[in-house]
Amino acid sequence: MPGLDALPFPLPTVQQIIFVLIAGMTVTGALITALAPNLFHNALGLVLAFFGVAGVYVLLEAEFLAISQVLVYVGAIATLITFAIMLTRGMMFGRTSSTNRLMLSAAIISVLFFLVMTGLLVSVAWPEAGAELASSEQMIADLGELFVTTYLIPFELMALLLLAALAGAILLARD
Amino acid sequence: MVPLNWYLVLAALIFSSGLYASLARRNAIAALMGIELMLNAVNINLVAFWRYGEFVEQLDGQVFALFVIAVAAAEVAVGLALVISVYRSRKTVNLDELDLLQG
Repeated sequence: MPGLDALPFPLPTVQQIIFVLIAGMTVTGALITALAPNLFHNALGLVLAFFGVAGVYVLLEAEFLAISQVLVYVGAIATLITFAIMLTRGMMFGRTSSTNRLMLSAAIISVLFFLVMTGLLVSVAWPEAGAELASSEQMIADLGELFVTTYLIPFELMALLLLAALAGAILLARD
Repeated sequence: MVPLNWYLVLAALIFSSGLYASLARRNAIAALMGIELMLNAVNINLVAFWRYGEFVEQLDGQVFALFVIAVAAAEVAVGLALVISVYRSRKTVNLDELDLLQG
């Protein structure tokens, strides 16, 4: 019996196995979101996909972003979407199909987009590994500093945008 | 480490499902969910290119991703408020029945 070194392909590392698990979860969630006919199942699939994306951020060593992803997407956006589904009830179990008449062309466009992108991405020689990172505490401190130095004006504009958007949302949604 | 390819292909797959959802779904909320998926896919790309890029000590990729998250939060709040407002006046959120502006 040949040893493990004699295998024709390199064994996957632990990180690669974890990536495949997380990616599988994310893709499952995304496909449920896109394809399931029931709107509520879509929302649950979306939550699964959001958690998966947070896992991808952890694998990429962007911990702050992973926490923000869970807080903002899972905590706020998924909840908002669930609320909207409940408030527009009756549309949840439609009498007609869940897709419109563009369904076939949309499917063709999406599959073609994926195939072209994959073909392009696989053919490029990307760097194999990133450089070593500083400690994550240092990184989060640097991130905070960037927001009040280099990106000060975009940061303030973002605050203004959020304020305007939330005030506008309240204005639109009330009677 | 995981090759950069894998992240990019994963993001392409998520983007394609989001694209399909936003183009083909009849319900306005489902289309909004597709847009959220696409924004997430773009974020994965930004962070992956930051991590595998040459200047890993400059955190611009993460900063961009955080801005995208904030804009997405604003977008979804306004979008859902619009959906609720439309539902209240028209009693439907089916995108192909909302053709008031169609000539």
